[in-house]
Amino acid sequence: MNLQLKIWRQKNAESKGYFETYKVEATEHMSFLEMLDVLNEQLIQEKKEPVVFEHDCREGICGACSMVINGQPHGPMAATTTCQLHMRHFKNGQTITIEPFRAKAFPILKDLSVDRSSFDSIIQSGGYISVNTGQAPDGNSIPIEKDLAGKAFDAATCIGCGACVAACPNGSAMLFTSAKVSHLGLLPQGEVEHKRRVKNMVEQMDKEGFGMCSNTKACEAECPKEISVENIARLNRNYMNSILTGE
Amino acid sequence: MSNIKLESNVPEGPLAEKWTKYRGSMNLVAPNNKRRIDVIVVGTGLAGASAAATLGELGYNVHVFTFHDSPRRAHSIAAQGGINAAKNYQNDGDSVYRLFYDTIKGGDYRSREANVHRLAEASTDIIDQCVAQGVPFAREYGGLLANRSFGGVQVSRTFYARGQTGQQLLIGAYQALSRQVATGKVKLYNRHEMLDLVKVDGKARGIITRNLLTGKLERFAAHCVVLATGGYGNVFYLSTNAMGSNVSAGWRAVRKGALMANPCFTQIHPTCIPVSGEYQSKLTLMSESLRNDGRVWVPKKAEDAAAIREGRMKGNDIAEEDRDYYLERRYPAFGNLVPRDVASRAAKTACDEGNGVAPTGLAVFLDFAAAIERYGKAEAYSLGLGDNVSDAKIRELGEKVVEQKYGNLFEMYEKITGENPYKNPMKIFPAVHYTMGGLWVDYNLETNVSGLFALGEANFSDHGANRLGASALMQGLADGYFVIPYTIGQFLSKEIRTPKIKNDSPEFMAAEKAVQERLDKLLNIKGNQSVESFHRRLGKYMWEYCGMARNAEGLNKGIKLIQALREEFYKDVFIPGAADEYNPELEKATRVADFLELGEVMMRDALNREESCGGHFREEYKTEDGEARRNDEDFTYVAAWEWDEENNINLHKEQLEFNNVELKTRSYK
Ligand SMILES: Cc1cc2nc3c(=O)[nH]c(=O)nc-3n(C[C@H](O)[C@H](O)[C@H](O)COP(=O)(O)OP(=O)(O)OC[C@H]3O[C@@H](n4cnc5c(N)ncnc54)[C@H](O)[C@@H]3O)c2cc1C
Ligand code: SF4
Ligand code: FES
Repeated sequence: MNLQLKIWRQKNAESKGYFETYKVEATEHMSFLEMLDVLNEQLIQEKKEPVVFEHDCREGICGACSMVINGQPHGPMAATTTCQLHMRHFKNGQTITIEPFRAKAFPILKDLSVDRSSFDSIIQSGGYISVNTGQAPDGNSIPIEKDLAGKAFDAATCIGCGACVAACPNGSAMLFTSAKVSHLGLLPQGEVEHKRRVKNMVEQMDKEGFGMCSNTKACEAECPKEISVENIARLNRNYMNSILTGE
Repeated sequence: MSNIKLESNVPEGPLAEKWTKYRGSMNLVAPNNKRRIDVIVVGTGLAGASAAATLGELGYNVHVFTFHDSPRRAHSIAAQGGINAAKNYQNDGDSVYRLFYDTIKGGDYRSREANVHRLAEASTDIIDQCVAQGVPFAREYGGLLANRSFGGVQVSRTFYARGQTGQQLLIGAYQALSRQVATGKVKLYNRHEMLDLVKVDGKARGIITRNLLTGKLERFAAHCVVLATGGYGNVFYLSTNAMGSNVSAGWRAVRKGALMANPCFTQIHPTCIPVSGEYQSKLTLMSESLRNDGRVWVPKKAEDAAAIREGRMKGNDIAEEDRDYYLERRYPAFGNLVPRDVASRAAKTACDEGNGVAPTGLAVFLDFAAAIERYGKAEAYSLGLGDNVSDAKIRELGEKVVEQKYGNLFEMYEKITGENPYKNPMKIFPAVHYTMGGLWVDYNLETNVSGLFALGEANFSDHGANRLGASALMQGLADGYFVIPYTIGQFLSKEIRTPKIKNDSPEFMAAEKAVQERLDKLLNIKGNQSVESFHRRLGKYMWEYCGMARNAEGLNKGIKLIQALREEFYKDVFIPGAADEYNPELEKATRVADFLELGEVMMRDALNREESCGGHFREEYKTEDGEARRNDEDFTYVAAWEWDEENNINLHKEQLEFNNVELKTRSYK
């Protein structure tokens, strides 16, 4: 299949970006990133600079890949990261627009690569359970109801890709943050410091320059791991609670 | 050739008491001294993140490095199936000894008894620790932890979090690490790649890194250096490892005097999605846990296999009696759950005989029809649906159970291949997956370079010639949470009077200069071929001559080919861009340059080891029915390779002693 790619090129954080158009020949068995590999190999053969994009596992689990394809973070398929998107979902002759995730808290570094270390800062502000190595009781000492463990697991599957932020008109990180708060807060082990965690993480989110949540649910629609906005509702309740009880 | 004596430093005493006694009598570093000691940890996978977090908790000043943008992206995140622990929660006869024994036997008697026993001991603490951190392991209805089985064992000791165990464990370690970063005990350097090790007076005292965004080289000094930089499977180009996984940190240590142990011991995993085209740069694993419920087969008749390859028939069209469930046939005791090396070779044999089922001829079936039916029936029974349930209903119920167990893997398979594995058997083929070899370390996980430690997949220590499933996560976390925090004290207790190490000594300046020159040299070649194209060619040689089956003739040929390729690389590689910018092609180039040296050492190791054991299968050394033939008399040793200053490759040996288990022919029949 012959494709036309309109790709965002930007030398570094300071410089201005622009779209450049390329032609590439792909097959429908390729993944989206393999198609970009073909383009890059082509560019290198022409002694030009390849397009920088982030990727690592190519299995939809590391959260590195991050691009907006035809206006959608991770492209057109639901519950699919860019690396797991295959070309069979595109048509011969199609023009595809590829841009970086855009959000105030994710500055562009080069081409399609952005800086998402603000997510690490949110986790550092409280996204953990305070237990030192060697302090743990036996793993079976606290039974946890299967469904509850399942719910915590569902929230914990967030891969920290940032598509939720890129999808949100306000650049909010509520889905990401609420997923972590739910994962830890639902478990008995994480309950103890729950209130403090909620407050600190929400405040850190603001400090990092993420926007307010206005319930558009765009985040849920684009999240490759189908993290539910129920987590946001839970976080809102918890946050009110932690303010009201003065902690 | 240097005069190196490899001391394992295994403590005295009975096997089961060694670790406890040793731990109780080790030199300690007092809290006030810990505050003055700097430790560098390179890597934030399971091994590195757990080590850095724990060392921070203990009070050391930790500096942790990763080339990723965040610690959470380390390759460990992709581990699917699970983590072993001798908890015996299932009451099926498991014990620390049995886990120890299974690991030694699974490794085909090429690992160190004492290390493996310690690993088995630590396994139970790992589960407790992870549960306390909030790792959402799978649970039973009663709320207790669930288990499943993996290859090469007959008990159910694998803990899991659906098909995303590595992700959940890494997030646990990442969170523990983040907590220490917040306290200031650990300083995190992301997007920093270690490009050299710095030695001062024979001790590892620091590293040179490149800031991957700006290209700036930096010198970091500390009292000791811990490498937890993962495995080198990507030397084969195509593997299940993440794209960025590489050997450079370890290899740079080798070029500074550390030894590479058993580099040819590579694990080729039997259940991966087969290769479909030249453009591929990465293969995808289908977790071994699938072999719990999936049955492996190929058509008995060559004409059926041909019809499937040409798309005229599907797997489901083959009648039961025309299928060869070759693992169940050849290994009735373990069936589909034989260890990985055995399963991979058997798949190769089936395809070599002409019964492969993909257009390339290189695939076998992994079939869930029987499991779906079995689970469907059980579910119908427990729902009280009685005996006259329709087949369709049973299938529906069964598919639900299978979805709960392996849903994300099935989804992944469908996304990649476009085929529905609930309806048609999966097609799978072996692929490079894990490297048992790695930096040589003693019982303290210290390399032969004083003050340089290696953890996780980066060391060679516990898996011998073949690793059992769900044991890498166990080893990474054992090393990081429960071993290094103690054993590092053996070295550091002697360093409490050593003042802060300076990063501007002549050794540091020289190392930085050498790195700069290496980068300039690469960029100035300005040839015509991409880094990727060299990597791809290297991978082909490795797979062809040092893959699932090896022989002396091929290895000798492979060595020459690699040497020639290396020469060509330094004449004709083209790297776009400059050194002082964000330049992924330059990153790849330094990694491939190191792979080009490692590859040769792997082949030499494979050539030297004139026996078949575990993942290393030499065609000259096999039994009449095609099974591996070990040679305990001549090869019960660790082969540790030196790359000396004159670029000679020299072999050093550590003899392995087995005082507790009897060396037997591994049989899974
Ligand atoms: C697809 C897949 C599935 C698997 N499933 C299982 C399983 O179910 N059970 C199991 O037990 N094992 C499994 N394994 C194996 C297991 O995941 C790995 O062996 C293990 O995670 C390795 O952990 P590690 O901490 O040693 O290294 P890694 O996780 O590879 O981490 C390496 C770290 O080092 C850093 N690094 C490397 N080089 C440098 C450098 N030069 N400078 C700076 N930083 C550097 C990286 O950034 C990274 O942070 C699986 C492996 C694969 C490929
Ligand atoms: S919530 Fe979803 S979209 Fe947001 S970071 Fe996590 S996985 Fe990505
Ligand atoms: S590359 Fe890892 S999630 Fe896409």
